[in-house]
Amino acid sequence: MSALAEEFDPASIVTHDPVVRVEGICKHYGSVEALRSIDLQFERGKLTTLLGPSGCGKTTLLKIIAGLVPATSGRIMVNGRAVTGPGPERAFVFQDFALMPWATVLRNVAFGLELKGTPAAERNRVARHHIEQVGLQGFEDKYPHELSGGMRQRVGIARAFAVNADVLLLDEPFSAVDEQNRRKFQEDLLRLVEIENKTFIFVTHSIEEAVYVSDRIVLLSPRPGRVSQVIEPKIDRAADPDDIRRDAGYLDVVEEIWQGLRHYAE
Amino acid sequence: MTLFGFRIPMMASLIVWALVWEIVGHMDVIFLIPPMSAILSAGIDLVQTASWQNATVVTIRSFVIGMALAIGIGVPLGVLMGRSRIADNIFGLWVNMFVSAPLSALVPVLMILFGMGETTIVVTVFLFAVWIIVLDARAGVMQVPPSLIEMARSYGAPPSTILRKIVLLAALPEILAGIRIGLIRGVKGVVIGQILVAIIGYGELFELYSRSFDMERFWALTIVLFAAAMLLSGIVERAEKRIEYYAGAR
Ligand SMILES: Nc1ncnc2c1ncn2[C@@H]1O[C@H](COP(=O)(O)OP(=O)(O)O)[C@@H](O)[C@H]1O
Ligand SMILES: [Mg+2]
Repeated sequence: MSALAEEFDPASIVTHDPVVRVEGICKHYGSVEALRSIDLQFERGKLTTLLGPSGCGKTTLLKIIAGLVPATSGRIMVNGRAVTGPGPERAFVFQDFALMPWATVLRNVAFGLELKGTPAAERNRVARHHIEQVGLQGFEDKYPHELSGGMRQRVGIARAFAVNADVLLLDEPFSAVDEQNRRKFQEDLLRLVEIENKTFIFVTHSIEEAVYVSDRIVLLSPRPGRVSQVIEPKIDRAADPDDIRRDAGYLDVVEEIWQGLRHYAE
Repeated sequence: MTLFGFRIPMMASLIVWALVWEIVGHMDVIFLIPPMSAILSAGIDLVQTASWQNATVVTIRSFVIGMALAIGIGVPLGVLMGRSRIADNIFGLWVNMFVSAPLSALVPVLMILFGMGETTIVVTVFLFAVWIIVLDARAGVMQVPPSLIEMARSYGAPPSTILRKIVLLAALPEILAGIRIGLIRGVKGVVIGQILVAIIGYGELFELYSRSFDMERFWALTIVLFAAAMLLSGIVERAEKRIEYYAGAR
């Protein structure tokens, strides 16, 4: 069950060139030290989760990678180039969805392309495709407040996919979604990771969610955030989702992480 | 029809008060209060006179110019204050002082500065209306969710685009609310200004009617002004309703 599938062979990790490199990132907010010398690499086709207690700097690290927040020191390399700000090869999915309430689902999803100057016909075509991909066909002309929390985040995800970025940065995208929908989302996310050959960097504070969706989990320590542990769950994703959640291997990883985080909680 | 749903009770109470007025008027107790029916017929005569029509043109012109300035300066200033800490510190004190200041007291000073003409009225309208427009635009801009701005930045929007496509639209409900209150204050400004200057527009008419104890026309003119202020406010309120679907959904 927890046997390593061929494409997740760790040997291949070394040979691949990472899409995103985090090199010695430190971040201070005034006198608050949020992150301390973070070094990480992220590969194409993989989903890495940043996991850690709230306030440990997960959002900060994600926003530094996105180029939305400047680092105090260190640098981010994406496709071999140093990041100086936001770029079209990275797309961000926001915890609070960040949808424009005055715009329809279609316009929201097409917004990244609108800002790029893509002609209306073309961007609407692309947006419709991604709206369908996230299962929202028929809702193109609805406004965000007419949708449930789960559907709103699907819009946010479709918008990120529509710009066809290499790197997807997801900041607790499912935290405002109820439990049943959350599981459905996790499965959909796994499907997207599989079909879209992109680099996913995912933030959550749910251990179960992290173990279920991740190829690799980076555990961050409380403030100042440091990498305390890197875990590869090696879950066989071909299995039935309900079986996975009952699988001993899965539960062992959850327990291992829980033990790792526990001494912080006390 | 829902629109009338809340207007009907208001209208009903108006009719009751008009009836009370009519009765008091007929009792002939105070000459200041002629019967409502007499006021209304005076009103119908009034709007046909050349002096009323000229006064109306002058009044509307002062009001429109003053309001255009108040909106044209107030909204950008409010947006600037909402976006820039420095601008907020520079202007904040003044705006907050003027928004609650008794501006009528300034009109005599304005008369000295701008003369006994339309300019003084325009400036009065401007001063009455602009501060609340500034404050509401500022409040609207300050409550724009930071993640919405980050979202636009993450998709490569430059600051000018963020202002146009995110900030102004997100702040629109507050901006419109400020303009609506500004319009009402502007009506006050135009009337108070004209009354104090006393030789222009409605001010001249008010002066004339009150000096000749022509209470019917005096009240007719007052009612016309009240109705105009309510109509203006109603129009902006309609515009606000149209964007309420997202203002309420935030
Ligand atoms: N803009 C900011 N100004 C000052 N402190 C901040 C800011 N953003 C985050 N912090 C602080 O940095 C730390 C990490 O925050 P954050 O990255 O949001 O953590 P997480 O996402 O893991 O909950 C927290 O202690 C937080 O209070
Ligand atoms: Mg966070």
